[in-house]
Amino acid sequence: MSGNNVIGEAAIRAGCRFYAGYPITPQNELTEYMAEHMRTVEGGVFLQSESEIAAINMIAGASATGVRVMTSSSSPGISLKQEGISSMAACELPGIIVNIMRGGPGLGNIRPSQGDYFQATRGGGHGDYRTIVIAPATGQELADLTMDAFDLADKYRMPVMILADGMMGQMMEPVIFKKPNPRQYPEKFMLRGAGTGKSKFIHGLILDPIDSEAHNWKLARKYQVIAENETLFEEHRVDDAELVIVAYGTSARIAKGAIKRLRSHGMKIGLFRPITLWPFPELKLRALSAKIKNFLVFEMSTGQMLEDVRLALQGYANIEFHGRPGGAVPTPSELANVVARVYNKKDL
Amino acid sequence: MAKTVFKHPESLKEAVFHYCPGCGHSIAHRLVSEVIDEMGIRGITIGVPPAGCAVLAYNYFDVDMIEAPHGRGPAMASAIKRCLPDRVVFSYQGDGDLAAIGIAESFHAANRGENITVIFINNAVYGMTGGQMAPTTMLNQRTTTSPTGRKKELDGYPVKVCEIFSQLRGATYVERCSVSSPAGVNKTKKAIKKAFQCQVDGLGFSLVEVLSPCPTNWKMTPIDSCKWIDEVMAKEFPPGVFKDEIAEMKKSAEAAPC
Repeated sequence: MSGNNVIGEAAIRAGCRFYAGYPITPQNELTEYMAEHMRTVEGGVFLQSESEIAAINMIAGASATGVRVMTSSSSPGISLKQEGISSMAACELPGIIVNIMRGGPGLGNIRPSQGDYFQATRGGGHGDYRTIVIAPATGQELADLTMDAFDLADKYRMPVMILADGMMGQMMEPVIFKKPNPRQYPEKFMLRGAGTGKSKFIHGLILDPIDSEAHNWKLARKYQVIAENETLFEEHRVDDAELVIVAYGTSARIAKGAIKRLRSHGMKIGLFRPITLWPFPELKLRALSAKIKNFLVFEMSTGQMLEDVRLALQGYANIEFHGRPGGAVPTPSELANVVARVYNKKDL
Repeated sequence: MAKTVFKHPESLKEAVFHYCPGCGHSIAHRLVSEVIDEMGIRGITIGVPPAGCAVLAYNYFDVDMIEAPHGRGPAMASAIKRCLPDRVVFSYQGDGDLAAIGIAESFHAANRGENITVIFINNAVYGMTGGQMAPTTMLNQRTTTSPTGRKKELDGYPVKVCEIFSQLRGATYVERCSVSSPAGVNKTKKAIKKAFQCQVDGLGFSLVEVLSPCPTNWKMTPIDSCKWIDEVMAKEFPPGVFKDEIAEMKKSAEAAPC
């Protein structure tokens, strides 16, 4: 299955029953998959919205009723969704937002890119909030982590972003879908009509600054718990490594190809791959710097995750960078050449 | 035995309105609440208030409510209704919310024939932000952003929501009313009830536009505001039924096997 279809199937299996989206390349297969399959499952709603803005607000409304929800788009469309993502964070509404990144800024192009890292990991919209950001690197991870994303969104009642790129979305790989966990989402958070009881209201508007501050701190404490408990990462051949590449998603796949090549030439290169970009696995990366002093950050951008790596390593190790922004996708041999140059220059 | 002829609606909380004296929102809130009471639908109604003066509507309506970002009410309401088809879902919107920033969401909810009800308060200004020019501001009307009056050459024309929305095949019932007089208030209530009934009967999109006074931003007394609605606004925005396909929809709903 293509990555886009894997996300769609995983979402439906995870119990997603409301999807709204608007066409944009390179994620159209996901919207089309949902159009074909969502209306055939019981209670499933598919809506092609009039805009990205409408789509995110539709999933917010559906989420409030207690349904598992998802929307998807690609970079420019994700910019449009930020209003609603901020609103969902404020109103503590769970939901999945898929960003199949393409070249930017502006309309950019439709080639794979990783230029939305800042936007994704720093909230993206206005106000003091975070979204959990998950960056799968294989078809199998797209399947597993999409399902997990729904559990995380429910657990912390917040939007969770799946951050992949056009390569991940279009690439075909075999996958096995795991059994989803039974959903645990308390009815008290659902808006389904007051019945004979007290009416509820869901809102992010808090005019009193003291109350609003308290709400912001409440969200911040939630984000702290997430930062302490929900980081995911992969270490690949770091045990004897003298230089470690830090890369995520498609870049990490390219890095693995480069490492295979470099290892065959006797160069001791490893990979640290953050799977959650927020929370960033900074403690794990810092721990690695106790014995490894050379890192090379590789991104399909001009250097965004690079800043998180600098924050994590706090000057305890050397950091080099290689980036290809704007939809350019390097080959493993290109990266291998860059890494070899650094490796040899440092006389490792 | 004494008969109760007037009481506080059950669907309206006992809170004191924050609205300015003479504002039409309080009347519209009350009318919606009375209709909800009379139809016995309080427990199954979900409301979506707008950004604008009515953003705090959830402090007044005693029904489940969820805030929408500015203009997005109909997108949210569409989704809520799709997930909970047996609930009664309404969005409550101002002129900026519906006819400017949220025109796409409102237009397409109507065009999809979403089985929701839109209560549209038209007071020809942005009230909450201090009286700026709205899409429904009258030509030559002075606002803080049209200080010498709205000029058609520079600012365009007042947007006629009912006239436009009644052209959409997805819309079933579209009426414009006014709360500038007791007769207008009664008519408005009837229209709101008809709109909600249209939804309860599963007949599709309904919209009630309410010409509503904003004395504070119009810089008029409440009485002059009502006069201005009748003498000036109603000329540009004539009250009336713009579309009523309730009977046809009912017939085709009965004819079509579910």
